[in-house]
Amino acid sequence: MYVAAIFLPLIASIVAGLFRHVVGDRGAQIITTLSVFASAAMAVVIFFEVALGKNPVTITLFSWIVSGEFDVSWALKFDTLTAVMVLVVTSVSSMVHLYSWGYMSHDKSIPRFMAYLSLFTFMMLMLVTADNLVQMFFGWEGVGLASYLLIGFWYEKKTANAAAMKAFVVNRVGDFGFALGIFGIFVLFGTVHLDTIFQMAPEYADASVVFFGIEWHAMTIICLLLFVGAMGKSAQLGLHTWLPDAMEGPTPVSALIHAATMVTAGVFMVARMSPLYELAPVALATVAIVGALTAFFAATVGCVQNDIKRIIAYSTCSQLGYMFFAIGVSAYQAAIFHLLTHAFFKALLFLGAGSVIHAMSDEQDIRKMGGIWKHVKLTYAMMWIGSLALAGVPFFAGYYSKDMILESAFAAGGGVGYFAFTLGIAAAFMTAFYSWRLLLLTFHGKPRADEYVMSHIHESPPVMTVPLILLSIGAIFSGWLGYELFVGDADVRSEFWGAAIYLLPGRDTIDAAHHIPTWAVLLPLVVTAAGIALAYVFYVLAPSLPGKLAGAFRPVYLFMLNKWYFDELYDRIFVRPSMALGRALWKGGDGAVIDGVGPDGVAAATRDIARRVGLMQSGLLYHYAFAMIIGVAVFVTWYMINAG
Amino acid sequence: MTALGNIAPAAPEVFMAIAGMALLMIGVFQKGDATKLVGWLAVGVLVVAGFLVLMAAPETVTAFNGQFISDRFAIFAKVLVLGASALSLVLAMVWLAQEDMKRYEFSVLVVFATLGMMMMVSANNLMALYLGLELQSLALYVMAAFKRDSVRSTEAGLKYFVLGSVASGLLLYGASLIYGFSGSTSFPVLAEVLSHGTPTGVIVGLVFVMAGLAFKVSAVPFHMWTPDVYEGAPTPVTAFFAVAPKIAALALFVRVMMGPFADLVDQWQQVIVLIAILSMLVGAFGAILQSNIKRLMAYSSIGHMGFALMGLAAASPNGVRGLLIYLAIYIFMNIGTFAIILSMRQKGRAVEGVADLAGLSRTMPGMATALTIFMFSMAGIPPLAGFFAKFYVFMAAIEAGFFTMAVIGVLSSAVGAYYYLRIVKVMWFDEPVDTFDRPAMTNQVVLWGSAAMMFVLFIWAAPLIAGAQMAALSLFPG
Repeated sequence: MYVAAIFLPLIASIVAGLFRHVVGDRGAQIITTLSVFASAAMAVVIFFEVALGKNPVTITLFSWIVSGEFDVSWALKFDTLTAVMVLVVTSVSSMVHLYSWGYMSHDKSIPRFMAYLSLFTFMMLMLVTADNLVQMFFGWEGVGLASYLLIGFWYEKKTANAAAMKAFVVNRVGDFGFALGIFGIFVLFGTVHLDTIFQMAPEYADASVVFFGIEWHAMTIICLLLFVGAMGKSAQLGLHTWLPDAMEGPTPVSALIHAATMVTAGVFMVARMSPLYELAPVALATVAIVGALTAFFAATVGCVQNDIKRIIAYSTCSQLGYMFFAIGVSAYQAAIFHLLTHAFFKALLFLGAGSVIHAMSDEQDIRKMGGIWKHVKLTYAMMWIGSLALAGVPFFAGYYSKDMILESAFAAGGGVGYFAFTLGIAAAFMTAFYSWRLLLLTFHGKPRADEYVMSHIHESPPVMTVPLILLSIGAIFSGWLGYELFVGDADVRSEFWGAAIYLLPGRDTIDAAHHIPTWAVLLPLVVTAAGIALAYVFYVLAPSLPGKLAGAFRPVYLFMLNKWYFDELYDRIFVRPSMALGRALWKGGDGAVIDGVGPDGVAAATRDIARRVGLMQSGLLYHYAFAMIIGVAVFVTWYMINAG
Repeated sequence: MTALGNIAPAAPEVFMAIAGMALLMIGVFQKGDATKLVGWLAVGVLVVAGFLVLMAAPETVTAFNGQFISDRFAIFAKVLVLGASALSLVLAMVWLAQEDMKRYEFSVLVVFATLGMMMMVSANNLMALYLGLELQSLALYVMAAFKRDSVRSTEAGLKYFVLGSVASGLLLYGASLIYGFSGSTSFPVLAEVLSHGTPTGVIVGLVFVMAGLAFKVSAVPFHMWTPDVYEGAPTPVTAFFAVAPKIAALALFVRVMMGPFADLVDQWQQVIVLIAILSMLVGAFGAILQSNIKRLMAYSSIGHMGFALMGLAAASPNGVRGLLIYLAIYIFMNIGTFAIILSMRQKGRAVEGVADLAGLSRTMPGMATALTIFMFSMAGIPPLAGFFAKFYVFMAAIEAGFFTMAVIGVLSSAVGAYYYLRIVKVMWFDEPVDTFDRPAMTNQVVLWGSAAMMFVLFIWAAPLIAGAQMAALSLFPG
């Protein structure tokens, strides 16, 4: 069953992809969706057996590469961390599969889309069940590939292609770091097998490597390299630029890949490597600082965006920042807890946004929406639930997980902890603000769309709304249900997590987070309320205010609107110089020098040699016999000379 | 002990010999056309022989007064030979039906040729070696000329026969020199004698023997017959030539070099390195200008033999392991490709030009995809099995310190990639001229089975590697 849960989506993907002419649109939908649903059902059982039954298992499928000391098997590792991830991935994925029936109903290549979705699901499952780093890398690259294919799914759209390439290239930077990290681990430990690495980790806690003549702390270097990989995949500050552009893909894709699952792979990976990170305090502090900065940065940008999907995309970026600074203060469980709740409410928000876009005849600009809540009541309610959960309003899922992260950061204390806490609080304020800005602008006020669009507004079909409702259940209850297990009292929590998360003795920040001053507990709530209130003032009571404010602080506004000029900066620093360099090398170096001497020259020489070899083949028997005799004669002579 | 001694280790060979004669009888006495019946029975015989081989005890045992040896290496090579023979016979049956050739002798010849190959693989004496080699060769000469009414086929048969006789002559001469200078033809005795010093005459004899064997694996400079024979012989015969005899001859090559002449490694290594390099280069460059796909495959197989010989040149367990892995993967690449070549028929007539493949991706996307897989695999591009095939021989060569050879190998495989990719280009980017007939079901099964193996052997390589490892180690006592 464990194996079936992982491989069903792959089989479905192959069937839907390669035999699309046989099974047809509906067949592809049924096959992929059924198989993912079956996986989800099995994931529930796995969760009960592995996580709640405290019965972690590793299933070795077969040996893959054996080369000297390098030994890699295909194996599925199931512990609590994996069980949680498998549950999240399959449940969100099954919702998205179902939703796509409706959302993609007008598309002309449905089987291809469904096949990609299932392929992604399989790769993600491969990633989270990996028992060694090479297999994890396989899944890591696999989800990257599926993400690339799905962002560029509408390949006739130029922007979609550009976005797909951007996602691929930016991720490559991260993957390079990840690969180097894996190499580093292999050099240090001589293995890529996770359990072995974790066992050996304490022995190497103080190992060092000499690089550029300077001695470095090996564990820190490895952890930083791995974190670069995580930054790429999880869109952390610096390598985040691909995520908002990735919204060019179909909305179900954004929900599944760019909100709920793939982007959290980085968080998962770092949590998985907790036994190493715990030994590298510098790396942990870096993770916390980068995470906190991302949470803050993305929230500021989210406040001024006008594209409904981009707002949610920046929000995702910001929430991922939360998860990372939680990890940075050793609150791994809180990070994974937030990952879980976030998967539900963010998928809900994205699919809700998709429902809005669907209703508005593919309009995505919230300035052209407004006043539609009466027409799409169900979607409206779902967006409310999603926003409430995102902003962390009490008793919705986000409240439990996000507050736990902020409390952990406060409890961790020290410079890094308070830094993360401060930025986290600021981000929480903005999160509430942009969430309600989105809600108010989209659904309330006067309709700003033209009459044609307004007359076509319709609630989405049940096949789209049912997944919304199911996800909303997760967005409401997952926090409350999971709180005790994931981040509750030390004994319940440690029993639940088993050996999946490793903490240095005395570093249990989550335990400390249960004993912090009341004001720090209440502060997130206060700022959330303030954020909602501010949004209400801006967009309902005094709609002219935002414009005035933007005018008064024009530089600040533009700075935020242009996403802190990251794209422009990268364009200036990396893209243009490399284009110029590339052009110079292409025209001058490659065209003139290398092509002249190399390919063209070598090609000419090759053809010439080929012609000569052909000439030797005269077809005459005595020529052939002669060549053989000469061959023997030459060899014999060679030995005679050598011997003599 | 009876007069024959213990013949149990040779049970598969005995079975094949009896079955081959029985098949001949069935063919003679069957009323009407026996081609199909004898053909499938022959496939059955090969499969049963395969099981007999697999069931044999994996220990090293000898029979026929030490003339015959059975060990893990022999078992591994025999399974490959039998598999290759069976697959190419299946392809040939379709062809016989398509060409309306009612000659059951074809299958009988395959059985006897395969018997010869199995004898070669198990040879433990220069005489047994010659016996197996000639049994194989005589059957192959007839097969090359099998289409008696075709000038090209008879020319191919005659060329192969004359040059093959020259090679046999060289080998025999070498064997007699070795016998003359060492006093024995038995491999273990030779090994014992040669460990106490090497007369020059033995080295000269060894060079002659190597020349004879190099002819059989069509290594440069004893390769000249290959393109002509491959082009002229009927296509299923070419398919057979390209796999089974190559495996048997290389296995024999390994056994002779690693067995009796293990102490002369410094001497023969130089020759093997040289012919490996030359084969890789000729295989790469020779194919570039070919427009006939069978001729192209001839050069391709010369090149592949060069790569496989790299494993022998390394003269280490890892090298032999790499060679065996290479051969196993080589079978599937070649059988798959030939299944496609055999399916290249326009209006009931076989065509064999590279240009005939133009636009195949549009007329027959499935076949084009499969051929693309084989071409990429032959070029050694991951994630296909052909990559591991090259990887393991290169690794062995580098471990043995043959950097020059490895570099030349990499370069010639880059040149080789050119003509493999040219076929891909012709299929996917050129305008279609004419469509092929629908390929026979059997061909499709073989074709897709082989294509699947390209992935299976990449992802699930461990059993193959482990098997090859054990087979290789059985040649290195202690």
